[in-house]
Amino acid sequence: MNHNHPVFTDNDPQSELVTLNLGPTHPATHGVFQNVLQLDGERIVSGVSTIGYIHRAFEKIAEHRPFYQITPLTDRLNYCSSPINNMGWHMTVEKLLNIKMPKRVDYLRVIVMELSRIADHIICNTIIGQDTGATTTFLYLFQFREHIYEIFEEVCGARLTTNIGRIGGFERDFNDIAFAKINKFLKEFPVALKEFENLLTRNRIFIDRTAGVAEVTKETALEYSWTGPLLRATGVDYDVRVSDPYSSYQDFDFEVPVGTSGDIYDRYLVRNEEMWQSLRIVEQAIEKLKSEPKGIFHADVPEFYLPPKQEVYNNMEALIYHFKIVMGEIDAPKAEVYHAVEGGNGELGFYLINDGGRTPYRLHFRRPSFINYQMFAPMSEGMLLSDAIINMSSMNIIAGELDA
Amino acid sequence: MEETTLNNDIHVKLTERFGEKITAVSEPYGLLTFVTYKDVIINVLSHLKEELKFNFLTDITAVHYPGKDHGIAVVYHLHNMVEKVRIRIKVFISEQNPTIPTATTVWKGANWMERETYDLFGVKFEGHPDLRRILNMDDLGVHPMLKQYPLEDPNRVDKKDEFFGR
Repeated sequence: MNHNHPVFTDNDPQSELVTLNLGPTHPATHGVFQNVLQLDGERIVSGVSTIGYIHRAFEKIAEHRPFYQITPLTDRLNYCSSPINNMGWHMTVEKLLNIKMPKRVDYLRVIVMELSRIADHIICNTIIGQDTGATTTFLYLFQFREHIYEIFEEVCGARLTTNIGRIGGFERDFNDIAFAKINKFLKEFPVALKEFENLLTRNRIFIDRTAGVAEVTKETALEYSWTGPLLRATGVDYDVRVSDPYSSYQDFDFEVPVGTSGDIYDRYLVRNEEMWQSLRIVEQAIEKLKSEPKGIFHADVPEFYLPPKQEVYNNMEALIYHFKIVMGEIDAPKAEVYHAVEGGNGELGFYLINDGGRTPYRLHFRRPSFINYQMFAPMSEGMLLSDAIINMSSMNIIAGELDA
Repeated sequence: MEETTLNNDIHVKLTERFGEKITAVSEPYGLLTFVTYKDVIINVLSHLKEELKFNFLTDITAVHYPGKDHGIAVVYHLHNMVEKVRIRIKVFISEQNPTIPTATTVWKGANWMERETYDLFGVKFEGHPDLRRILNMDDLGVHPMLKQYPLEDPNRVDKKDEFFGR
């Protein structure tokens, strides 16, 4: 089969195959990417993926910006869980600068990251439901993503592209309303998630549509560098939070759910279980925060952490630090660093080379969607078109992360 | 400390097998990094995969250092998921003739990573099954991540980089 060049058979009257353009703006792709499929009836004979429709050259732009200005770029990678990207970037720079966070900041970060993981998984799982014909589940659970965004709004003022936190901590402490909203979410969401599971998990139609479809073995998944829920659904218990703990994840008690066959049903189950585990982590983090000293929301590193504005106007040191940070004159070691976090879709890595200049010499994002998606066209061969659609939604391909 | 001895083990084993082809070994932030050459890179990668259990290819990318003899570094990140070790391998290749054997023979997942690297840096991966641009349009003509290409039109007078501290 030829994955290299799209073949259009429309003008060939002898052809028994039909060319279908799935995308770039097809409602079933949930994002801008194109697949040119050769169909024999409803079966896919071959497919060619074309990506890059929202390529914004972030790696190039990042070479021209000081560290703190790169955070908004990371928002727009996986925009369904931007806080994880933001935190991943902050932690990469902190690793470069050898800054150690106070425990309270770590826990606050864990809360934000786990909430955004839940938001990410809500999107993916409800959309699997939607694509298999169960609109109810989509409409029902999606409101909780809204509640999570309200929490983010309370913490940082933004909802989708959050730009949350700073290098060295958070821009401000979580206020009481934020905690109240988190607690409300922790109380209400499990009920809804349980009902969501009742609607889908043992649903005959859902199982028929998803179980045994797009099965992937461990070996293939590792061969194709899959990470995240997709890899775990095949039975490999790789989770960056466990294998390479960052932000004090080692303090938390949670499980890494794995599947067996790597089919769509397993991916759905893994994501659902991860939401439960994320809830557990958030609960533990709230509990742990009670024993931490109040009011600490950033590390004590004035040379790297942007000072509050009133300080800048009234305090000479703060003004100097502010100037140096904004102009990219911070004293960062000339070194290279790779830091990975467990994003919504898998291992989100930041490879940063600093040459002592104002901007990174090179910044590379290891984007899980990009690497996971390359298997889509080969694995679609021989699949029914309608199965390929739910396969795509279960891979949770986010166009922003795909194209960077 | 544990990781350091582990890294040391890997270093020793690699040197036993490849001798002088493993150079510039360092350990920034605990991640074993070394430089090797393009004639042995595939052997090194498959040796790491088969013998030293680096079963997972995390990433392939490149870095451009203009003005050097071998101005493009192709960087591989591998991961041993069992022992939880990462490793970074660099190969410096010439800017005029940026070729390197493809890693798709070792990991199929290298396919798109190499296409991306080709697209952005112009590194030609020899033997790659499908070396086309992936993010940019086919008739772009340049490999935009090379340092000689500015981010914005250099003729603009209102946005000179020096005014912005860049």
